[in-house]
Amino acid sequence: MIPTPFDYARATSLDDAVAKLKASGGRAKLIAGGHSLVPLMKFRLSEPAALIDIARIPGLSGIREQEGRIHIGAGTVHHDVASSALLRDKCPVVADTAAQIGDPQVRHRGTLGGSLAHADPAADYPAVVLALDADIHLKGPKGWRVVKASDFFKDLFTVDMEADEIIVSVQFAPVRAAAYAKLHQRASRYAIVGVAAALDVSGGRVESARVGLTGAGSHATRLTAVEQALAGQPLTPAAIGAAAERAGAGLTHVNADIHASEDYRRAMVPVFTRRALEGALRRATASTAGRQRSGPSSSGTRWR
Amino acid sequence: MAQVSIAVNGKVRRADVEPRLLLVHFLREQLRLTGTHVGCDTSQCGACTVLIDGRSAKSCTLFAVQADGSEITTIEGLARDGELHPLQQGFWEEHGLQCGYCTPGMIMAAVTLLNDTPKPTEQQIREGIAGNFCRCTGYQHIVNAIQHAAGKR
Ligand SMILES: Cc1cc2nc3c(=O)[nH]c(=O)nc-3n(C[C@H](O)[C@H](O)[C@H](O)COP(=O)(O)OP(=O)(O)OC[C@H]3O[C@@H](n4cnc5c(N)ncnc54)[C@H](O)[C@@H]3O)c2cc1C
Ligand code: FES
Ligand code: FES
Repeated sequence: MIPTPFDYARATSLDDAVAKLKASGGRAKLIAGGHSLVPLMKFRLSEPAALIDIARIPGLSGIREQEGRIHIGAGTVHHDVASSALLRDKCPVVADTAAQIGDPQVRHRGTLGGSLAHADPAADYPAVVLALDADIHLKGPKGWRVVKASDFFKDLFTVDMEADEIIVSVQFAPVRAAAYAKLHQRASRYAIVGVAAALDVSGGRVESARVGLTGAGSHATRLTAVEQALAGQPLTPAAIGAAAERAGAGLTHVNADIHASEDYRRAMVPVFTRRALEGALRRATASTAGRQRSGPSSSGTRWR
Repeated sequence: MAQVSIAVNGKVRRADVEPRLLLVHFLREQLRLTGTHVGCDTSQCGACTVLIDGRSAKSCTLFAVQADGSEITTIEGLARDGELHPLQQGFWEEHGLQCGYCTPGMIMAAVTLLNDTPKPTEQQIREGIAGNFCRCTGYQHIVNAIQHAAGKR
């Protein structure tokens, strides 16, 4: 399958990319990993007149910790997120999620920024950036802008980003007690339903919780009914199970496609909410246990 | 037209290409390296897998211009001085193929797997080739072939 012809240019810096985008007057699209865009262009569902390649901009990729927050460059490929020692230590849910995207080849090319900008209703990262209450840093001709993840995803393939803006990084406070659970489509691995849950715990209780859902609707959303039900609850499977039951509340539009009917998706939302919360709970109790008893006492846990 | 300079199997190739030329077509049609196959042409099957700067990628999902300045290894670049690569040998010994259509992509995916994980478990092997479909073997002999190669290292 051959796309329509286009012009191609590589951006040498962030400012160069912004200038090229602006100069194109809406004719050009950015290309990072190309693993959402190239398939669309091959089907001629997308026919940009020009591509601006941002894959080699120095400094657009990489993962670092700064003043207690984690910064992930938009150009960081899924494989590098999945294998980041920093994330495995401080915020393993992000690495776990990246490791579940597509397959190794896809993870070697696809990027965090591309995934968020594209906002596929079945993409994994949106659920996690919602659960981490991440900030999305954008740059455009008018300068910098920061959008909260909870304000970013607007609709099907639609986000709060202008055509001449670029996602530069995603920044968040790391949370250890967080997990992602997804029902994946067997061939592509996209989420039929995916839930990310992050717990703030103190004194054996959930102080507050954030839960992000992907795959079910037109775009990723927070499950506020579950979040409210969790606040103040003890860190027990029973309390978490009861909160997960609320996951279906307020879901107005639920997708139906060849992979899953609306009813099936609706049934799976609480199931995967519970699994994500259980994963977060295990991490919460493992880190408490780790502080109380030293030694290899956490060997019974199922995650790395 | 855009000019690209891509090192393919250790040899720098310069060419004028249309930006919309897919890397797999550049390799097969311009360089006549037909070992890299096109299966699905929709990013699913992995038959087109090559290494770009040492990491596996689906060459049907990449424009040749994106690979400008990169090093690419295709299945033709694995054997050294007439000696099969351990993975090629493994597929031979363990009957890791039937029709052979998926084989070049499988082997290139397995090269990255064994570089990252020299002694993979069966589960790690199956995850390592999750982006590659085989319609013939049922995968077990492919897993055996990769284990065979891992044992030789
Ligand atoms: C076979 C296959 C399986 C997949 N499975 C999954 C899966 O299981 N889960 C999942 O979540 N995803 C999956 N994906 C999608 C994959 O993760 C994509 O890589 C990702 O969605 C897009 O990232 P990219 O860098 O490839 O973006 P590109 O395709 O390069 O770009 C996508 C869009 O984002 C824009 N864009 C890119 N970078 C930026 C930026 N920094 N700022 C602003 N706009 C930008 C582009 O202009 C374009 O509109 C799969 C893809 C394939 C081919
Ligand atoms: S031909 Fe490239 S993935 Fe199938
Ligand atoms: S051997 Fe025929 S597709 Fe794998």
